[in-house]
Amino acid sequence: MLELKNVQTFYGNIQVLKDVNIDIREGEIITLIGANGAGKSTTLLSVSGIVPPRSGDIIFDGKSVTGKAPHDIVAMGISQVPEGRRIFPYLTVMENLDMGAFLRKDKRAVKKDMGHIFDLFPILAQRRHQAGGTLSGGEQQMLAISRALMARPRLLLLDEPSLGLAPIVTRRIFDIIKKVNLEDNTTIFLVEQNANFALKVAHRGYVMENGRIVLSDTGLNLLANENVKKAYLGG
Amino acid sequence: MDWEYFLELLLGGLTRGSIYALIALGYTMVYGIIELINFAHGEIYMIGAFTALIVASVLNYAGMNHVAVAILAMVAAIIYSCAYGFAIEKIAYKPLRNAPRLSALISAIGMSLFLQNYVLLAQTPDFLPFPSLIPDFDFWEPYAHIISSQEIAILATTVSVMILLTVMIKFTIIGKAMRATAQDRIMAALVGVDINRVISVTFVVGSATAAIGGVLIASHVGQINFYIGFIAGIKAFVAAVLGGIGSIPGAVLGSLVLGWTESFFTGYISSDYEDVFAFLFLVLILIFRPSGILGRSETQKV
Ligand SMILES: Nc1ncnc2c1ncn2[C@@H]1O[C@H](COP(=O)(O)OP(=O)(O)OP(=O)(O)O)[C@@H](O)[C@H]1O
Ligand SMILES: [Mg+2]
Repeated sequence: MLELKNVQTFYGNIQVLKDVNIDIREGEIITLIGANGAGKSTTLLSVSGIVPPRSGDIIFDGKSVTGKAPHDIVAMGISQVPEGRRIFPYLTVMENLDMGAFLRKDKRAVKKDMGHIFDLFPILAQRRHQAGGTLSGGEQQMLAISRALMARPRLLLLDEPSLGLAPIVTRRIFDIIKKVNLEDNTTIFLVEQNANFALKVAHRGYVMENGRIVLSDTGLNLLANENVKKAYLGG
Repeated sequence: MDWEYFLELLLGGLTRGSIYALIALGYTMVYGIIELINFAHGEIYMIGAFTALIVASVLNYAGMNHVAVAILAMVAAIIYSCAYGFAIEKIAYKPLRNAPRLSALISAIGMSLFLQNYVLLAQTPDFLPFPSLIPDFDFWEPYAHIISSQEIAILATTVSVMILLTVMIKFTIIGKAMRATAQDRIMAALVGVDINRVISVTFVVGSATAAIGGVLIASHVGQINFYIGFIAGIKAFVAAVLGGIGSIPGAVLGSLVLGWTESFFTGYISSDYEDVFAFLFLVLILIFRPSGILGRSETQKV
């Protein structure tokens, strides 16, 4: 469904992604792990067209998205929860969710989906008229994920959704990710520091070092891999 | 105390301030979205006034009815100014969007000078008489020294424009997209907002309000030349900074404060230094409260 072919991405003259190849099939949960600064966020930003690759190709559903504007890529069915949440601070919780559904025309279904979100995260329902910037970090993370779900994406890109969350909330978020994957058949591309969690929910994983993919295998095999254990699982 | 005189100054300042607000809105909206002071904005206002002058002269010559002339002149001014605003962004700012900020600022100043000189060459360096588009009604004559029917028309127009703009920004899709873009451009793109379109719409809307302001003042003052955009632009800019650049309510508030200050100062003290006030204000704000009355200290606005 999503294929990165020899992707090279630069910030100015600095090359960050070096010949990245990733292949994601419909319905999969794929995780990308790696140390700080490895290029994980850059990979997601390349897919979304925010930092387009300088060479190589990114193909979604058989169509190249390389060089397309970010809003056109969203329209094709790719949504992202970016690093740092990026809640619109002066829009209310409801307006933030509305923005998630910006390109959708089926307003009645949008309303229904918002109801689902509020069932999933009752705290957001309580805060619906509050400015996004006044939510706690964990609440903002829930809102960021909810906002992306409001687009009903076919491929959901998640950049460290568990960052700064209490373990119990992290588990909730991962449960929701699994649920969205199973029930809505949403394909998930998950970047995580929390490699332990991520490799457990993911079907397959990729390991990135210095902008290169150095390893890829099933989640379980990566969990058992000695090098991965040493580098990313704390022993 | 002479209350009638006070009331006259109060209403005069309100009218003046509301016109500054029409222009200040353009500065503040553009700044809110792309963090650029659009120095060519005053020229958009001036071009609006010139367009109205040309259209009104032709139609008046053709003997058309007064109301129709006023409406058509206004519509033509809006359309022309919007086209200029749209083109300026595409030509002078869009190519520099990822360049250092100073480049875009220099481009803005260049655009401003270019447009001034273009009108200077295409028209004339002299002041041209501008026809009064809004008639003085006889029945209002007894009160006209307090507030003229012209000023009432100006106030009514500016208040309507501001209400329309507020409704647009608060409740329409494009308004929501504008606010989201102002708060986080990258995230707006990630939810599917076409950023280029939002920026264009912002320039067009700002140009429309500037054109309306230009026509109203020109009709009130009775003469225009190629340079009117500079002084009006600076004053509106001061008003926007005073209120907090990037904030729409701030632009309106700053404009009213500036309008009243000028009105009372000239009314009670001296009319010689009227225009000095705006600059004095600018200096004081920059020293004591650079973020303005309603400004937020960081960069999130609209
Ligand atoms: N806007 C930018 N301009 C220049 N360099 C950047 C920019 N963003 C990221 N980089 C650099 O690109 C490299 C990869 O960054 P990236 O954010 O993709 O890493 P990451 O794997 O997501 O790291 P983390 O786990 O810390 O989030 C880093 O060396 C970083 O300094
Ligand atoms: Mg990152």
